[in-house]
Amino acid sequence: MNPLLTFLLLSILKVAVVLVIFLTAVAYTVLLERKVVGRIQNRWGPSRVGPFGLFQPLADGIKLFLKEDLMPTGVDRFLYLLAPMIALVAALLSIAVVPFGGGQTYKGVEIFDIADLNIGLLIILGITSIGVYGIALAGWSSNNKYSLLGSLRATAQVISYELALGLSLVGVVMRAGSLRLRDIVAVQSVHGMASWNVFGGFQFVAFFIYLMAAYAETNRAPFDLPEAETELTGGYHTEYSSMKFAMFFMAEYGNMIIVACVATLLFFGGATSPFGHLIPAFGGAIVQAILPVLWFVAKVLAFLFLYIWVRGTLPRFRYDQLMGFGWKFLLPLAIANIIVTSLVLAIHG
Amino acid sequence: MHLVLFILFGGLCVAGAVNLLLQRHPINSALSLIVVMTSLAVLYLLLGAEFLAAAQVIVYSGAIMVLFVFVIMLLNAGEEERTTGSKAAYLVGFPGAAALLGVLAFVFLSQKSALGNARLGSFLVTTSDLSRVLFRDLLLPFEVTSILILVAILGSVVLARKEQ
Amino acid sequence: MAGTEFSNAMMDVPLAYYLVLSAILFSCGVAAFLIKRNIITVFMSIELMLNAVNLTFVAFAHHWHQVSGQIFVFFVMVVAAAEAAVGLAIIIAIFRTRETLNIDQINLMKL
Repeated sequence: MNPLLTFLLLSILKVAVVLVIFLTAVAYTVLLERKVVGRIQNRWGPSRVGPFGLFQPLADGIKLFLKEDLMPTGVDRFLYLLAPMIALVAALLSIAVVPFGGGQTYKGVEIFDIADLNIGLLIILGITSIGVYGIALAGWSSNNKYSLLGSLRATAQVISYELALGLSLVGVVMRAGSLRLRDIVAVQSVHGMASWNVFGGFQFVAFFIYLMAAYAETNRAPFDLPEAETELTGGYHTEYSSMKFAMFFMAEYGNMIIVACVATLLFFGGATSPFGHLIPAFGGAIVQAILPVLWFVAKVLAFLFLYIWVRGTLPRFRYDQLMGFGWKFLLPLAIANIIVTSLVLAIHG
Repeated sequence: MHLVLFILFGGLCVAGAVNLLLQRHPINSALSLIVVMTSLAVLYLLLGAEFLAAAQVIVYSGAIMVLFVFVIMLLNAGEEERTTGSKAAYLVGFPGAAALLGVLAFVFLSQKSALGNARLGSFLVTTSDLSRVLFRDLLLPFEVTSILILVAILGSVVLARKEQ
Repeated sequence: MAGTEFSNAMMDVPLAYYLVLSAILFSCGVAAFLIKRNIITVFMSIELMLNAVNLTFVAFAHHWHQVSGQIFVFFVMVVAAAEAAVGLAIIIAIFRTRETLNIDQINLMKL
């Protein structure tokens, strides 16, 4: 068969499979959050629909789908409809460059990622920064003061923390000498856990900055001011209902998963085993292909658990505290981290 | 494939630019400009400038235009009013821009064969190529830019601050 | 992945088309700069013109196989970012004193 045709068909197949898995993961992250936060607050969480409440996402989906689709008066119709789409698409698009397994190929096409790009990390940063428009336009087009305040807060917060986020990744990129995500993972796979960026790479400061900035970028607690229900009645998505609300909801959890994936790739060795070469390779080629994917999923799940744990534990910041923390603490810390990392790399070669 | 992608994203660029011209609400103009900039990133990719494509999306679409949208939202800018000054601008602006376009397009198209073709994948500047030139040959200009940015930060803070 | 094996399936684009596209964008920017009355939109049309010029730089960098064209675009982006920050700060300062964004009413070189 024509190699171009093979490439196209396999790519479409990969996109379809990854999208289905990703959307399912989004739905079950919501359930995971409700369950874990429930246990943190000493209650059960959803437990009625199916065994352990496992069909709750399905029920939620049906409920949201059947709700009345409201269109408030005085909205900017086109932008009002466009905003949730931008938010959702930006959340789903990043998964395309995430390598979630080993480098096995089938007919010259890599199986465990959709696209392996030289500038994969920059693509993720770019798509994340496009996602802001969803929130900004939602608040603007809703013709509601709470929505507008929420989206103004969100925009200011995201562009402020984007700086710290980007700078925190410079150390990781310098260590790998590449922006390709597979290269960054490869650097961390030599001695297993000891060569992970967060431990052996001495990038724990960068990881801390990334973590804080990522919470702010995804508008999650303790930086969830844009949707602070006590002050803003829900923030930018106050006027949205039914599936349009669901799209924002999915975008938020999709972003959480993307952030978890990126943290795994950049600081926790991606899809490689934490024991490195201590354990000799066992099983056949299929086991060796599946095992990295399982490691990846386990790491992402651990990161998501941390996310939810933080939400269940920390109170919300005040707005001036948030801005001060980002500009006066995280940003100088990130620059200091770059200087120290580059000095160490220059001395050690 | 190159031609198809060029027509698709070049068309998006032109549509966005014309829409910027026609829209009367600044936020619609801003969104058209975002479309132009993001499509330009794809064209950069076709021309083998992969780092610039990413930088275009991050810096232009993701930072500068977010700032524009933020200011439009903050100042609650409404639709433009038509004033007497704009009539003169119409009389001069449209013919002037059309004449400029005519001259430029004539020059470029008459030199079409001399300029040759752009072949996909024949020239690729990787990030390391770019940084090698930037940090070895052009280190001083690069450092001067950082001073420029520092001045810009200070200037914008001073300008935007409320007077006590 | 894309490379030699697909090259027969691709058509080349004349460089002149890229330049004409850039000319169209630039002319739109010039026209918008002249006819728009909102200061923010005027500022945006400057950004459009800068982008059009950047496309020319990248196209010629591809033509001559030179990295310096792309370096130039890099510097233009940096300057544009600095310019946008200062310019928008000026616009906010003007709006605070004049309470208008119409450039016909902003005709004095002071706040």
